[in-house]
Amino acid sequence: MKLANPLTAIFHPPPTPGVLAVFGHLDATVDAIGRLRAAGHTDFTVYSPLPRHELEDALDQPVSSVRMFTLIGGIAGCAIGAWLTLYMSYDWPIVVGGKPIGSIPPYVVIMFEMTILFGALSTILGILFNALFAARRLGTVAYDPRFTNDKFGIFVPSDPARAGQVESLLRGAGAEEVRRA
Amino acid sequence: MVDQPASRVTYDVVTRAIARTLGNPGKGYYALLTTAVVLLGVGIVCLLYLLRYGLGLAGYSQPVYWAVYITCFVFWVGIAHSGTLISAILFLFRSGWRTAVYRTAEAMTVFAVMTAGLFPLIHIGRQWYFYWLIPYPNERGLWPNFKSPLIWDEFAIGTYFTVSTVFLIMGLIPDIAAVRDVATGWRKKLYAITAVGWRGTNEQWRHYTRGYLYLAALATPLVLSVHSVVSWDFAMAIVPGWHATLFAPYFVAGAIYSGVAMVITLLVPIRKLFHLEDIITVGHFENLAKLCLLTGLIVSMSYCTENFTAWFSGNPHERAAFWYRAFGPFWWASWTMNICNGLLPWLLWSKKVRTSILGLFVVSIFVNIGMWFERFVIIVVSLAGEPYERFANATYNPTWADWGIMAGSFGWFFMWFLLFVKNFPAVSISEVKEVLPAPKRGKERVA
Repeated sequence: MKLANPLTAIFHPPPTPGVLAVFGHLDATVDAIGRLRAAGHTDFTVYSPLPRHELEDALDQPVSSVRMFTLIGGIAGCAIGAWLTLYMSYDWPIVVGGKPIGSIPPYVVIMFEMTILFGALSTILGILFNALFAARRLGTVAYDPRFTNDKFGIFVPSDPARAGQVESLLRGAGAEEVRRA
Repeated sequence: MVDQPASRVTYDVVTRAIARTLGNPGKGYYALLTTAVVLLGVGIVCLLYLLRYGLGLAGYSQPVYWAVYITCFVFWVGIAHSGTLISAILFLFRSGWRTAVYRTAEAMTVFAVMTAGLFPLIHIGRQWYFYWLIPYPNERGLWPNFKSPLIWDEFAIGTYFTVSTVFLIMGLIPDIAAVRDVATGWRKKLYAITAVGWRGTNEQWRHYTRGYLYLAALATPLVLSVHSVVSWDFAMAIVPGWHATLFAPYFVAGAIYSGVAMVITLLVPIRKLFHLEDIITVGHFENLAKLCLLTGLIVSMSYCTENFTAWFSGNPHERAAFWYRAFGPFWWASWTMNICNGLLPWLLWSKKVRTSILGLFVVSIFVNIGMWFERFVIIVVSLAGEPYERFANATYNPTWADWGIMAGSFGWFFMWFLLFVKNFPAVSISEVKEVLPAPKRGKERVA
């Protein structure tokens, strides 16, 4: 009996069958997105060398959940800053300059810095988590190296029976190149 | 339009031009790199002497115990600030022109903070105890004193270094992916790993752009806070010349002023060495010059305010400190500062100077010198003229160890910077594309 390597399943998942179209123009890409959505396609992937509002508007995606990471990280950082300064001051109480042991005004500086630090680090984690680890089908859908240079691309997952229909739709929208993957 | 690179530039041209900077940069680059490494070597030798023989080798004399190392610390932290200003604050203000210069400025930030961070460690003398600054549970049951501005500083600089580094790396990811897709050989493998699977899908951009916005929003108050906290290292003390509420905005403006000057100093040779004339245009330099002029005027105004306050307060110690500054034994340092920071930037009112690369390069070098002297004047001269210790011998002369370590810091900074621009995209590929008109059907861009 041949055992499946679980690592292969994670790091080299089998490719998703579908159609990959390469576009040279932004408006053609937007047009194709509109046509795909009208035809009922929802889980296609759009590649672009830069973020463009036209694509965002055409895709009409929900707001990224990264903002929750930032918010929670920032609040946690502020709380950690407050805890750090107050706990440590009372744990070894020394009166400095006749001021109270726990003096809030100078501790605001530490709380502020910790808010920024934790907020920024959790934002990074949020981006990494959402855009790389939790990204749908990343690494299994066809890709073309020109997509980071000067071409836009759309990958539509579809079974071979429906691929012909998708191909003609993409070509109709102005794709420069359409191929099955 | 100053916002945009030359009109013949297309997406493909941008990728190729920036990917080309990763190729063989020629003899000029290696000459600069060698100079930097030699300077670093000088610094390391001086530092080893300092470690062996102690702080007696530094030219300290009572009451001047904060001197060249702290001057260099504030100088380098200040240099760092314009990078974050250009990358984060101008991002929030949607300034298109920042795209061509922000990566260089941001890399400069990271390496300048790396350089700055060395100086407090050198300054403490027993470098191997630096970890006492960190709040960690220890057998002595002690914790740091959070009422001390020096501890605020540690948190501010630590946060600043971490955040500016992750901000730089985040911005690099789509660009590393772009060079991965045109690179060959071992570089392709390196960039395939460092691009962490970036493909520019709609989902990736959705999370990335949002996250980048938040990072910029967090970095903006951070950059203003860091140099304020650095200024409080001084302003919280009662030394005349330090004890002023003006210090935070004065230091922040000075930091951005010196940083923008350093960006100009760095961009001029980079643009030449890597043939980026089409991407980084004279318009970009002119905008940097305007920023330099604005912050320079704020700094000049702070000088005036500082002197006015000293006079108007009627406080004899405060008045004496400023008289000592201008006409005491360190008059040459004060007047170098006043001329380089207060007078020379007035040249930038002239469009001819702002659009002359050589002219700007010269002005920027003088601003760098002036800003180093500003910190020297604030720190050393205020301490030397301190009225509370009139019996002290108020002369101070930096020694060869001080100068050597300072030269080493320049070597350290330039070495990292030069290695960075050669091995990673020194101009943002995806963001430069953002300010270009997108290719549209039937309206092909004119070649």
